[in-house]
Amino acid sequence: MRPGWFLRAAAFCGYALLLAPALLVCVISFSAGDFLNFPPPGFSLRWYVALLDNAQLMTALRNSALLALCVAALALAAGMPAAYAIARLEFPGRTAMAGFLAAPLLLPTLVLGLALLLALQPARLAATWPGLLLAHAMVAVPFAVRIMTTAFGAVPKDLEEAAWTLGASRFRAALRVTLPLAAPGALAAGALCFLISFDETVISLFLVGPRLTTLPVEMFRYAESRTDPLVAALAMTLIVVALAIVLLVERLVGFTRAVGRN
Amino acid sequence: MIGLLLCLPAALILGVGFVWPVVLLARISFNRTTDMGAMEEAWTLDTYARIVTDDFTWDLAWNTITLSAGCAAAAVALALPVTLLIRNAPPRWRGLMALMAVAPLLVSGTARIVGWMAILGDQGMVNALLTGLGITSDPLRLINNLTGVRIGLTESLMPYCCLVLIAGLGRLDSRLEEAAATLGATRSRTFLRVTLPLAFPALLAAFLLAFVLGVSAFITPRLMGGGRVFVVATEIFDLALETVDWPAAAAMAMLLLGTLIAAMVLRGVLTARKVAG
Repeated sequence: MRPGWFLRAAAFCGYALLLAPALLVCVISFSAGDFLNFPPPGFSLRWYVALLDNAQLMTALRNSALLALCVAALALAAGMPAAYAIARLEFPGRTAMAGFLAAPLLLPTLVLGLALLLALQPARLAATWPGLLLAHAMVAVPFAVRIMTTAFGAVPKDLEEAAWTLGASRFRAALRVTLPLAAPGALAAGALCFLISFDETVISLFLVGPRLTTLPVEMFRYAESRTDPLVAALAMTLIVVALAIVLLVERLVGFTRAVGRN
Repeated sequence: MIGLLLCLPAALILGVGFVWPVVLLARISFNRTTDMGAMEEAWTLDTYARIVTDDFTWDLAWNTITLSAGCAAAAVALALPVTLLIRNAPPRWRGLMALMAVAPLLVSGTARIVGWMAILGDQGMVNALLTGLGITSDPLRLINNLTGVRIGLTESLMPYCCLVLIAGLGRLDSRLEEAAATLGATRSRTFLRVTLPLAFPALLAAFLLAFVLGVSAFITPRLMGGGRVFVVATEIFDLALETVDWPAAAAMAMLLLGTLIAAMVLRGVLTARKVAG
């Protein structure tokens, strides 16, 4: 049935609400003015220049990028074998294990952040690289496992069995046949894990300190205290990174399928 | 056995980074805070009693529940037309339209709030439009108050609702609507008597998911509220990092978790009934 005018108008309002913030961030980040006002008095790149000149934010950017790379690598390294086992092998407690590996997604990040603070602070691991790596990996692993389980499940089992018949060991067949065929899924999982860590704000807010901080935390603090277009330029940078990764994942496996529960 | 071995690294990360901290959180909620503000090892319900008997807690709980219920309902109401449009769109456009509806999920929450500041601020887009058209002379206060939190929270919950509704409405047979139209029902009647009842389980699932997420949302209430809107999440954060009253923060987090688990069980029961029926 063709949608009527009322449905179109309502859907337009919905889309406007969803997309307006990102569009406005884009416009304001090129403002020549001193405040977050609209319409901007003129357009310039001055706030992007200011961003590059801001040593504190640049350090935070470097920290976040490095952390996200490590988190993606760790989450993939730990998540891939687990996903293979869940998708392909029969072993006692398989369903329970799959449930456990998705469990952190059920708790709000606020509670996870608080729990990690209470655990890591007495161990002197708060505001350290190992502490942040552990915290972010814990959130990323469930995503890596879920996406990779789907990816391994989509590879026909016959191919692996054919490799066995031809004399390959189980390990060799998994490594040389199934893994390459699931490579797009792995790349998508890695990209999403990178993004989850790169954008993670709430848990990090509990764990950062003066010595080690991340970009989203710096942006949160900046937005809390000041309102000049520098924060829009910063937000735009994060949106561009997110957009690039969403498009990459969409190309590789289909975004809605990757993040959806079904 | 080899399967368990392959799961070991991932399970280890979750064991150290998830199970241990959450167990510790539960344990610390039974500790006591001395009059000096220091934490004392104990097995007591003192902290829970202190929180539950404080009127401020109940104000917070009421604010949080009404705020997230209202925003969840608004988010579902706005996500429904979006997903109906996606469902009826030509297949060529469907993927892109779904992506546009869901992509804000992965745009950092803080970044979107910066956008809202430019839209709703005193010199933002809405106020520029209103004063420019001469509708108001003084800017409307749409940010740093509850109104701002309501708008921001609704928007941040919408992509989740879209995700649930896209999955839920995909299974809905559109021939039933066409049949209603063929039999002479008007558009609005078809919607009210056919589409809406069929979509009800999906709408309920979307509402409950949005409600659960709204109750524990922190960034939006903090930034859009400008530090003037207090909900359970902001209180837990302040107790942990400003007051540094860990037992109280832990106990309040446990109460929050209890509420969320109750909501999720309710969701499970309701969805199970749908499958059975």
